[in-house]
Amino acid sequence: MKIYKINGPILKCHDDGSVKVKEMVEAGPGKLIGEVIDVSRSSATVQIYDNTDGLKIGQDVYGKGRPLSIRLGPGLIGSILSGLGIPLSTGPSPAAAPAVFNFSPAVTPEEKVFPGTVLGSVPEYGIKHCIMVPPGITGDLVKIQGGPAAPGDTVAEIRTVSGAIEKIGLFHDWPVRERRPFKERLGIAEPFFSGQRVLDFIFPLGRGGCAAVPGGFGAGKTIIQHSIAKWGNADIVIYIGCGERGNEIAQILEEFPELNDPRTERPLMERTIIIANTSNMPVTARESSIYTGITIAEYYRDMGYDVVILADSTSRWAEALREISSRLEEIPAEEGYPAYLASRLAEYYERAGNYLCLSGRKGTITAIGAVSPQGGDFSEPVTQQTKRYIKSFWVLDKDLASERHFPAVSWNQSYSEYIPDLEGWWLDNSKTDWAFLRQKIKDILQEADHLENIVKIVGFESLPDKQKLSILAGDLVKKGFLQQNSYDENDAYCVIEKQIAIARAITDFYDTASDKLKKSVSYYKISGLPAIEKIVKLKFMKFPSDEIENALSSIRGELIELA
Amino acid sequence: MRYQILYKNCEKIWGPLLAVRGVSDIPFGVFVRITMPDGRKKQGKVLQLENDLALIQVFEGTKDLNAKDTRIRFDYEPFRIPVSAGMKGRIFDPYCRPRDGLGEIISDETRDINGVPINPVRRAYPRDYIETGISAVDSLITLIRGQKLPIFSGSGLPHNEIALEIAKNAKIKDSSGNFIVIFAAMGIKNDDAMKYYASFEKEGKLDNVVLFFNLADDPPMERLIIPRTALTVAEYFAFELGYEVLVILSDMTNYCEALREISSARSEVPSRKGYPGYLYSDLASIYERAGRIKGVKGSISQIPILTMPNDDITHPVPDMTGYITEGQIVLSRELNIAGVFPPIDILTSLSRLMKDGIGEKYTTPEHPHLAAQVYASYAHAKNIRMIANVIGEEELSETDRAYLRFAASLEKEFIHQGTEGRTIDVTLMKAWEMLRILPRKELNKFTDKELEENYGGSR
Ligand SMILES: Nc1ncnc2c1ncn2[C@@H]1O[C@H](COP(=O)(O)OP(=O)(O)OP(=O)(O)O)[C@@H](O)[C@H]1O
Ligand SMILES: [Mg+2]
Repeated sequence: MKIYKINGPILKCHDDGSVKVKEMVEAGPGKLIGEVIDVSRSSATVQIYDNTDGLKIGQDVYGKGRPLSIRLGPGLIGSILSGLGIPLSTGPSPAAAPAVFNFSPAVTPEEKVFPGTVLGSVPEYGIKHCIMVPPGITGDLVKIQGGPAAPGDTVAEIRTVSGAIEKIGLFHDWPVRERRPFKERLGIAEPFFSGQRVLDFIFPLGRGGCAAVPGGFGAGKTIIQHSIAKWGNADIVIYIGCGERGNEIAQILEEFPELNDPRTERPLMERTIIIANTSNMPVTARESSIYTGITIAEYYRDMGYDVVILADSTSRWAEALREISSRLEEIPAEEGYPAYLASRLAEYYERAGNYLCLSGRKGTITAIGAVSPQGGDFSEPVTQQTKRYIKSFWVLDKDLASERHFPAVSWNQSYSEYIPDLEGWWLDNSKTDWAFLRQKIKDILQEADHLENIVKIVGFESLPDKQKLSILAGDLVKKGFLQQNSYDENDAYCVIEKQIAIARAITDFYDTASDKLKKSVSYYKISGLPAIEKIVKLKFMKFPSDEIENALSSIRGELIELA
Repeated sequence: MRYQILYKNCEKIWGPLLAVRGVSDIPFGVFVRITMPDGRKKQGKVLQLENDLALIQVFEGTKDLNAKDTRIRFDYEPFRIPVSAGMKGRIFDPYCRPRDGLGEIISDETRDINGVPINPVRRAYPRDYIETGISAVDSLITLIRGQKLPIFSGSGLPHNEIALEIAKNAKIKDSSGNFIVIFAAMGIKNDDAMKYYASFEKEGKLDNVVLFFNLADDPPMERLIIPRTALTVAEYFAFELGYEVLVILSDMTNYCEALREISSARSEVPSRKGYPGYLYSDLASIYERAGRIKGVKGSISQIPILTMPNDDITHPVPDMTGYITEGQIVLSRELNIAGVFPPIDILTSLSRLMKDGIGEKYTTPEHPHLAAQVYASYAHAKNIRMIANVIGEEELSETDRAYLRFAASLEKEFIHQGTEGRTIDVTLMKAWEMLRILPRKELNKFTDKELEENYGGSR
C-alpha cells in the first residue's frame, strides 16, 4: 500500500482491496507498527502506534497478514511493557527473565490433548507458569521433552486430526482484541480483598467482578489503585498506567521490588506486570494498552490463577478513542466521544469474570478501572457508560479529599451490587454476620450525617445526649474505620480479621454506650473515656499482636465499668 | 540535506492555517519557512499531508499573507533551536533568537524542540526539595526537585509577582549543584516583561535565569512553541550540564487558547468549552517534561501558572492541568483583598510529592507533622470563624478564641511575607511561632518528644 494522506497517527493508503480489517501493518522506512481500521476496494485507513513525524506521501505500508498480537509466555511477570506489549526496559532489570526455562512435563506421549491442556510448567518466580496447548489445536501428543528450553525450542509435538504435526514451544502469539476461549462462566461467590476497610467491608468486590473508581483530580484514584496492586489478594497483578504520570510508574518500580506480598513473603514485583503508556507516549498505543493488559490477564487466568487488572485511567483510554475517532471524521455522540464508546467499555469489562478454563482449572479476572471525569462531573459519558458494566462503584468525593479524609470514598454515593453474592462466603469462612455488622455501620453513618446538618443550625450543645452519642459514633466510624492512611506501615492494608475486630469494637461501643445513656450515665462521661482515643488508634496497631488484644480488652473493660 | 524548492501554489489561507498544493516528498510534521509578499519571513509547521496538498500551521499568524505571492520552503527536519551555556542572563523569542539586542549566542549544538518523551523506566522518582523562599509553599506545599506544581490563579491576582519572587529567591539547599530558573512568558504585558528583567538585573540574579518572551502583542500562535523551546533549553541545562532547573511557564491559559484557535480553524470536534479533545495529551507533552533521570545529575521542576476563567477550577484548563501535575498552589481572592501577599489558599493547595522530599533527610524531622498540624488547625480555625460569624465571638470558648488568633496571625504574619524571601529555617521557626498561639493540648499531630523540643520554651 502507498500512503496518500497523513493526519497525525491516521494514514490513508491506496490499496488493491486485499488488506484486512484489524490487520497489523508496518509503515515507512522506520517500520512503524499500525493497524488497519477500515478498507475499501481501493484504499485503507490505518492507525499508527507511534509518532508519525517524518513519514511522507507515497511511502510504503505493508500488511503483516495477522492481527495486532502479543507474545505470551514465561518472562512476562516483573516486566514493564508498552501499550503494544513491547518491553520498555532494555538494560538489566531486577526482573530480567532468564533466557532458558526449565520445563517439567505434566503429561505423557500418546495422551489426547485439547486446547488448554496443561502440557507442563516452567517456574516463573514463585508461580508455576503452565505451558498449555494453544487455543485451536487438538490431537495426540507424540513427543514431549522436559529440561531446559529456550524461547525458540519445541517442547512438545502434537499430531492433529488432519495428521499434521504441530510444534509447541514456550511462547505463542495471541491477537489482543480477541477474547481467549474458556469452558464456562461461573457465578461470583468469593470476595476479592483489597486490604482497604471501606471497600472490603462496606462496598465489597467479588473475585471476577468489576469496579470503577471515579474521582476528580487529586481525589485519590491512583493511591487506591497502587494500594490494591500492593495488598490485594491476587496471584497476579496487572497494572496499566494508561495516559497517566511517568513518576507514578517510577514510584512502582522503586517500591514494588522492596515490598513483600504479605501472603507469600515474596517481593511484590514477582507477581506484577506493568503496562505503561504514560501521558507523553503515543495516544494510539494508549488505546491498545488495555487490550494488551486484559489479554495477559486471560493468559494467566487460563493457568488457573486469580488475576486482578487495574487501569489508571480508563478516561484517558476513552479520550484516545475520541481523538482517533475525530481524526477519522466519524460523527461524534456525546461530548465528542464516538458512539461505540459504550460497546468498547463493555468488551473490556466483560472479559473479567470467574471462569472454568479450557484446562479444567478455575481462574478469575477482577477488573478495577479509574475514571477521571472532566470537571469532576460524574454525569459525563465515560462515568455514565462505565456504570452499566461494573457492579462496585467507588466514588471518590472531592470534599472528603480536601478534608484529607482518605481514602475519600463517599459512603453516600458509592455502592456494591455484590453483597448478596458474598454473604454466604462470610458466613462459611469468617463466622461473622458481616451483612448485619455492615448495615449497622452504614446506619451509624447515615444518622450522623443527618444530625450534622442539624448541628449546623442549632449547634452541638442543644442536641439531646442520645444524638450527641450518634455524632460521636459517626466520628469513630470515619476516623477509626473508614479513614486509612496508605503511608502508615500498619494501616496501609488491613486484613479481614482486623477489619472485623475494629468494626466490632465500634459497634459494641455504640451499643453499650447507648445502653448506659438509658441508665442515665451522662454523655460527657462517655465522651471523656480514654477508650475513644484507643478505638481510633486500633488501626495503627499490628495485627495480630498483644498490643491490639490489650487495647481491645481495655476498651471493653472501660465500657463495663461505666456507671 | 535541505530542500530549497520554493512553493508558490498557495491555495487557501484562513485563521492560522495555510494550504499549499503541488508539494511532494515532504516529511510529516516538519517546519516550514514562509516568505511574505513583502519579503518578511514567518514560520510554520506541517499539520496534514494529502496527496500534493500540505496543510500548514503558521505560528506568527497569517496577517498580510496573500495567495498569489506567498512563498513556502520546507525544512527537511523538525524545528531545531541552538542551545548553549551562554544563554544565561539573556532574553529570547520562541525561536530562540535573542530579543535583547545583545547579539547572537555561540552554540555548537541544536535540538528538536519536541524533545524525546522520557521512558518511564528511566525516570528517577523525585526527592529533595527546592526552597522557593515563600513560607506557605516551603512549609506546607513543598516543591520537590523534578515535580510539576502549578499555580492556579485568577485574573487580577498577583501570580506574575509571585513568579518573580520565586524566580528571584528560589534556591537549592546546599550548593550541591548548580541552579537555574528558566522563565517562559506567554502573552504577558510589555511592562511586566520589562519589570522582570529590571528586577533580575537589580538583584544581580541575571546569571541564574534564561528568559523567553512572547508578549501580549506578539503572535498568539507562537505561544504553542515557547514552552517547548524553554523546556528544550531546560533539558540541555539539566541533563547535559547537570543543573537543577526550575521552569516557570506563565500563563498557560494563553497557551490553551492558542491551541483552541488552531483546533477550531481545522473544524475539529471540540470536547468542553470549545477546547480540543487532545488538550490533555497536548498539555501532558509539556508538563511531563519535568522530572529526573536515573544516573543523570540534574532535574527539571516546573511551575506552570494559569488563570482560571471566572475563578472556575472545573474549567478545562485548570482541570486538565490538575489531572497531569502533582498537586497545585491555589491563590485566594479573599486573602488578596485582605492585603496578604502571596495570597495562597493553603487548604485547597497540595503538593503530592512533598512527603518524599522533606523531613529527617531533607528539612527537619518534624516537618511532616508540622505541615499536617498547621493544615488541620487552620482548617479547624476557619470553621470556628464561620461559627463566630453566626453566634458572635463572645460566645466562643477560650480555646476557640485562640484558634481565631492563630488563623489571623497565620494569614498576616506567616502566609503574608511581602517581598521578603525566607529561608526554610526561618519559615519553619515562624510556623512554630504560630502554633504556640494554640494551647499545647490542641497540637495532636506531633509526638511528645517533638512538642517537648519545639513547643516548650514559651509555655
Ligand atoms: N489513602 C490515602 N492516604 C493518604 N493520603 C492520600 C490517600 N489517598 C490520597 N491521598 C493524598 O491525595 C493525593 C492525590 O492522590 P492521587 O494521586 O491518588 O489522586 P488521583 O485521584 O489519582 O488524581 P489524578 O486524577 O490527578 O491522577 C496524594 O498525593 C496524597 O497526598
Ligand atoms: Mg492519579
